[in-house]
Amino acid sequence: MLHLTTGRLGSLLSRRAVVALSCSSVKMSTHGHEVSEQADMSLPMYWDRLDTPLPDKPYQDTLTAADKSLKQKEMGPWTNLSKEEKLALYRLMFKATYAEMRKPSSEWKTVMGGIFFFIGVTGLVVLWQRFYMYPPHPQTLDDEWKAKQVKRMLDMRINPVEGFSSNWDYEKGHWK
Amino acid sequence: MFRAALRLSVSGARSLTRSPPQYAAPLAARCYSHGKQETDEEFDARWITYFNKPDIDAWELRKGMNTLIGYDLVPEPKILDAALRACRRLNDLASAIRILEAVKDKSGPHKDIYPYVIQELRPTLTELGIPTPEELGIDKV
Repeated sequence: MLHLTTGRLGSLLSRRAVVALSCSSVKMSTHGHEVSEQADMSLPMYWDRLDTPLPDKPYQDTLTAADKSLKQKEMGPWTNLSKEEKLALYRLMFKATYAEMRKPSSEWKTVMGGIFFFIGVTGLVVLWQRFYMYPPHPQTLDDEWKAKQVKRMLDMRINPVEGFSSNWDYEKGHWK
Repeated sequence: MFRAALRLSVSGARSLTRSPPQYAAPLAARCYSHGKQETDEEFDARWITYFNKPDIDAWELRKGMNTLIGYDLVPEPKILDAALRACRRLNDLASAIRILEAVKDKSGPHKDIYPYVIQELRPTLTELGIPTPEELGIDKV
């Protein structure tokens, strides 16, 4: 039983992998350069993470001649480097500083705005439904009908001991 | 771990004036009923030895630093000193600055840890010419 299911799963996965491969190749040939390339996960990656300060590779790996000479200077005493050079070396190695990583975004405003917008749209839909889709108003909800209904319940002595009719003063003709 | 946390939360700045606080916690934070628990000093010594390896390579530096930052503690200045010297041997100034940023981030709400660490590391920083993030202006956005 077990090897049957694994076999089936294996064939399913292989089929899906082939489909994905063919799909991506078709996309690459017809669409040209799309939004962003997929990162090659088999190579060392760069990341900005608070809990992992040193990523696998520097941010800038293609160095200009100026960068290369700066890197040469880095091999000597760092006291010879100016503040700008030190900053440049940092920016070559890393994309965002810790402060930039921690910077709050205004994404929450977009999210809340979107939420309220769609609630509003829903409200409009409900309003339209109320005018164009609701069935006619039932007469049993009119005040006049409800008064007659209450009178009938009192006349029938509904729950006279502790319930409905017990609250009506039959002698005086009003609610207790 | 709890000992260090209690000391940090209760005494706060006062503990700084009394003695250099041990911000490192024992490595074996699991509750062994038996088995040796590594002391703070052993933990520190182990990490200092790691970073003091003369021919340390870039991968080992990154691995060591990322692992160390992964622990629930702020590393002792002497461990960081060894790490900064390892950066020097690898000619990597950017990583040295990154390490300082990471230490400040690790301190979290305890704002007195980072100035203490910088104060302890100041001789090394001037000797090697490593600027603090504040000196470069990258501590603010």
